[in-house]
Amino acid sequence: MPQTPVSFWDTPKFKRGLAKRRAAEWRFKLYGLIAMLIGLASVALLFVSITLNGVGAFWQTQIKLDIFFDPAEFSEENLQAANYGKLVKNTLYSHFPEVTKRKEKRQLSRIVSVGADIMVQKMVMAEPSLIGTTKSIWLPVDDVFDMLHKIDFGRDSSKGGSGLVSENQLKWFDSLVANGLIDSRFNRTYFTAGDSREPELAGLLGALMGSFYTILVTLLISFPVGAAAACYLEEFAPRNRFTDFIEININNLAAVPSVVFGLLGLAVFINFFGLPRSVPLVGGLVLSLMTLPTIIIAGRAALHAVPPSIREGALALGASKTQTVIQEVVPLAMPGMLTGTIIGIARALGETAPLLMIGMVAFIVDIPSGPLDPSTALPVQIFLWVDSPERAFVEKTSGAILILLAFLITMNIVAVWLRQKFERRW
Amino acid sequence: MNAWILIVVVLALSSLLYYVAKRRSLTIARSVGGIHRLHSAPRYYGIVAALLFAVPALVVLGLWISIDEGIIFRLVLAEYFPELDRESQVDIDWLTSQILIFAQTGRLGNVENAELLQLAAARYQHLTSLSQTLRNASVLALGSIAGFVFVLAISEKLRARPIAEGIIRGLMVFSSLIAIFTTVGIVLSVLFEAINFFQIVPVADFLFGLEWSPQIAIREDQVGSSGLFGSIPLFVGTILIAGVAMAVAVPVGLLSAIYLAEYASARIRSFAKPTLEILAGVPTVVYGFFAALVVAPYFADIGARIGLNIAHESALAAGVVMGIMIIPFVSSLTDDVMTAVPQSIREASLACGATHSETVKRVVFPAALPGIIGALLLAVSRAIGETMIVLMAAGLAARLTANPLESVTTVTVQIVTLLVGDQEFDNPKTLAAFALGLTLFVATLLLNVTALYIVRKYSEQYE
Amino acid sequence: MKTGLGVSDTLQEADNKEHIRTRIDKTLLADNQANVQNSAAQIRMTAKDVNVHYADNHAIKDVSLSIYANEVLSIIGPSGCGKSTFLRCLNRINDIIDDCKIRGEIKLDGKDIYSADMDVVELRARVGMVFQKPNPFPKSVYDNVAYGPRLHSMVSNREETDEVVYSCLRQVGLLAEVEKRIHKSGTELSGGQQQRLCIARALAVKPDVILMDEPCSALDPIATAKIEDLIDELRTQYSIVIVTHSMQQAARVSQRTAYFNLGDLVEMGDTGQIFTNPQHQLTEDYITGRFG
Repeated sequence: MPQTPVSFWDTPKFKRGLAKRRAAEWRFKLYGLIAMLIGLASVALLFVSITLNGVGAFWQTQIKLDIFFDPAEFSEENLQAANYGKLVKNTLYSHFPEVTKRKEKRQLSRIVSVGADIMVQKMVMAEPSLIGTTKSIWLPVDDVFDMLHKIDFGRDSSKGGSGLVSENQLKWFDSLVANGLIDSRFNRTYFTAGDSREPELAGLLGALMGSFYTILVTLLISFPVGAAAACYLEEFAPRNRFTDFIEININNLAAVPSVVFGLLGLAVFINFFGLPRSVPLVGGLVLSLMTLPTIIIAGRAALHAVPPSIREGALALGASKTQTVIQEVVPLAMPGMLTGTIIGIARALGETAPLLMIGMVAFIVDIPSGPLDPSTALPVQIFLWVDSPERAFVEKTSGAILILLAFLITMNIVAVWLRQKFERRW
Repeated sequence: MNAWILIVVVLALSSLLYYVAKRRSLTIARSVGGIHRLHSAPRYYGIVAALLFAVPALVVLGLWISIDEGIIFRLVLAEYFPELDRESQVDIDWLTSQILIFAQTGRLGNVENAELLQLAAARYQHLTSLSQTLRNASVLALGSIAGFVFVLAISEKLRARPIAEGIIRGLMVFSSLIAIFTTVGIVLSVLFEAINFFQIVPVADFLFGLEWSPQIAIREDQVGSSGLFGSIPLFVGTILIAGVAMAVAVPVGLLSAIYLAEYASARIRSFAKPTLEILAGVPTVVYGFFAALVVAPYFADIGARIGLNIAHESALAAGVVMGIMIIPFVSSLTDDVMTAVPQSIREASLACGATHSETVKRVVFPAALPGIIGALLLAVSRAIGETMIVLMAAGLAARLTANPLESVTTVTVQIVTLLVGDQEFDNPKTLAAFALGLTLFVATLLLNVTALYIVRKYSEQYE
Repeated sequence: MKTGLGVSDTLQEADNKEHIRTRIDKTLLADNQANVQNSAAQIRMTAKDVNVHYADNHAIKDVSLSIYANEVLSIIGPSGCGKSTFLRCLNRINDIIDDCKIRGEIKLDGKDIYSADMDVVELRARVGMVFQKPNPFPKSVYDNVAYGPRLHSMVSNREETDEVVYSCLRQVGLLAEVEKRIHKSGTELSGGQQQRLCIARALAVKPDVILMDEPCSALDPIATAKIEDLIDELRTQYSIVIVTHSMQQAARVSQRTAYFNLGDLVEMGDTGQIFTNPQHQLTEDYITGRFG
């Protein structure tokens, strides 16, 4: 090797190259930083936009009306038949004596939600002694005015709201606001009602119950089956081609698109077995097949983490293989199995596509009372509301998403807590 | 007695039987001179008795519930509407729903043969209650026979523990087989209907046809009365959107994984990694909302401002949001395979005078490449199988274009739209969804198998 | 060596050590000593009052020593004595460990390697390293050797690269063995071949000093012998610092030896003197096999 008088490391060529390489290093780091920030910004944007859109859903613009329950309007034997709409409207008209024309009156009455009369009806049916008295009642306003009040949507044509609210309605509504008769109050309907075409009357209870029954079925099927399968495959199964095949199968099922599971549910459970459409039972069956691979994989990992010394110890004391596994190994692996199950169930809770295909996408007002009642589910409700044209449904949808995310976050926190609390290092 | 009560009864009886059998084994033990004379501990006699009662009872119940209604309707329809065309699923569905409504509410829809329907409904109610009685009787009888025969057979020589363990192991094996049943179920159900579809529409037309318009005109003489089932536009749309998604997810996911693994301080990592992984737990319907109501309008707005015509349901918006969804998938898998590259190789590179980025680019990344490719294949598989984002943010019209600013539709969108609402299993429109499902299943299966193979092979390399 | 046989075994072990010592005395040492005299003039690296902390562990305590040109310096000591840590300070490869703090002064040709104007890339290029476990890149044999020269643009075309790669492989005696599979992966070679490939990779950057961290601990005796011969040859061009747990190896290859114990540099001197006439009780105990 030739001995260079000046070391290569002192040549300007190397120094120049070094400066370039330093710059490249710095750029590369910057790209990474930018990529990470893009990722974090996406998370922030997603959550901020949904939260900003959604918090409004928990409040509802309401109007205070002092309704006089005129005894002349009611007949003793049929409280249900009274004209409650008239009561509401007349009270509203009394605030605007100058409005006399029929057409104008109809416009005025539109400020109050079309569901108001049924609310008043229910109130009177529950408490007939109200008749003959005057009571202040907060009733929801129509969704158009709700949006007007909350986000000033529809006031002028530049905001794309022309045609929704007339000049007169705007004038009346503003005077109601000025008189303190309009207020934003907690939206109880949102948590106690089923679906509705009217945003101000739409609630999530139906979807929540549907999701509850669906997830209940999923849990009842997938946890025992998943745990048993994990036990068998990890503890008992001989290592042969067949068990290898099962394993590959499970890994692949975990990556099959959810929409394909929907096809399975439709063709097998509904078409072949003749189970009814749109019911949580079928939804739960499909979702449990979808969740099984996750639970089995997590369960096997949890069992695998139990050191062989535990098994050997029990076997040495004369316990049978089955006894050892069920009484010694499974309890130790249980936190891990539960963590996997919660994560799988959380994923099932947010799953939408397969439920669409087995018909849990119908417009259902009634609140389901069991897993065989037609119903929808929380994520499906979100999907349905996104398609609705009313501006107020954007807010309702975002609110539903917030609730869904709250459930998911809670479940994940529980899973993390469980893992940390019971995690053992052997 | 409805099914739920029956289940409760079965469970109650089987726990009762547990105690009976246990007590009996104890009595026998006392008569032969102590518990140690018994072959197995007393609770095993109880467990076997309870399992022998509950398992057959519940299996029979499950089978009965899943097939009885179909059989009853078939009987009723055969009796009262013998002229009904067996092939016409619509008519059968309509009649059954009318019978059901009448049987449950006593209300009649607007029908012509009301009398016949009433008779059929009465017959249906009769058969249903008969079936329920028979069901309850046979479920309880079967369980009782198995359970009580065992209780009578208890003796000190009866090997209860092996029996109990055998039953338990049998249940475990059955549970593991469900994964196979599921796969077989998917393949059969999709394949079956797809074959029916291909008898109506030739395979070549489906795979290579350039036009997709499955809506079949009602009148036979209208244009397009047979529907067009060329799926190329769907494939192109799917690939376009998945391509946009990967264009977002690959650079962002890879670079952020590299940054987090190689450069970020422990504090930043402990905050940023779980935060990015939140994206993986967000339900797809939420991304759909985000794409349809936040991103798509924003893109259309920007497009209008700079003079580009971006469709409101552009492939771009759906693809970008899908890309965001896939970021944590790419980054966490990349992180896994990159950390699997041994530290000693990094040190060797640094000791040669390489900078950190040169080490990553020239040594770590190439070494991790097979694993990363596997991860990316899984990500692609997820992108083409994703449904909700495209359903909510991409269009329905099948357009053959490679321009991401236009609206396209995908395989998954078509599967769902073809199947939501009324289904007619003799109509190519419904069957087409299954043909698409078959294509999707095969495509994702190939991607997954390849990816899992690569990842597995790669992970063995450094062991 | 078998263990667990009790007293007689320990005695035999001590006996072996004694035997080695006498052998060292007679053959190697005279030879090595002569070399030290010749090359002692030029100092390549100096360490002054070097302290290293890992979190709350004080791993190196006030170590000062010099490394001369064209010598082999071996560092010996019981496991955990900080010998590898010290070695890794000499090319700042410890920088990549987060909670590793280094105080003191290390100079390469009079320039402080921890000062701001010392580029770590240049430092590591000038102070090459060979690791305990052979760690070739999962690339071809050729690309492994060409890695450094390409990084630093020491070569600008294929011919120059070929020349560097072939000469380095020839120098480590690997060329004949791998010439046919020079474009096959370096990870497919045998352990000894891999380690020689790693040495060739370090040589290709034309370093001034080569650090070797127990380079033979994962190799069989024949491969070890080859590497030791190689080290002896390389001494004519480079300064070599070798960490080893094998005293025989230190005696065979090095001219000077440093003995570390619990982070302290206990004793340093000509290899012959350390092995035949240790000044410190700890050194004596270690060399005679009483612990370590």
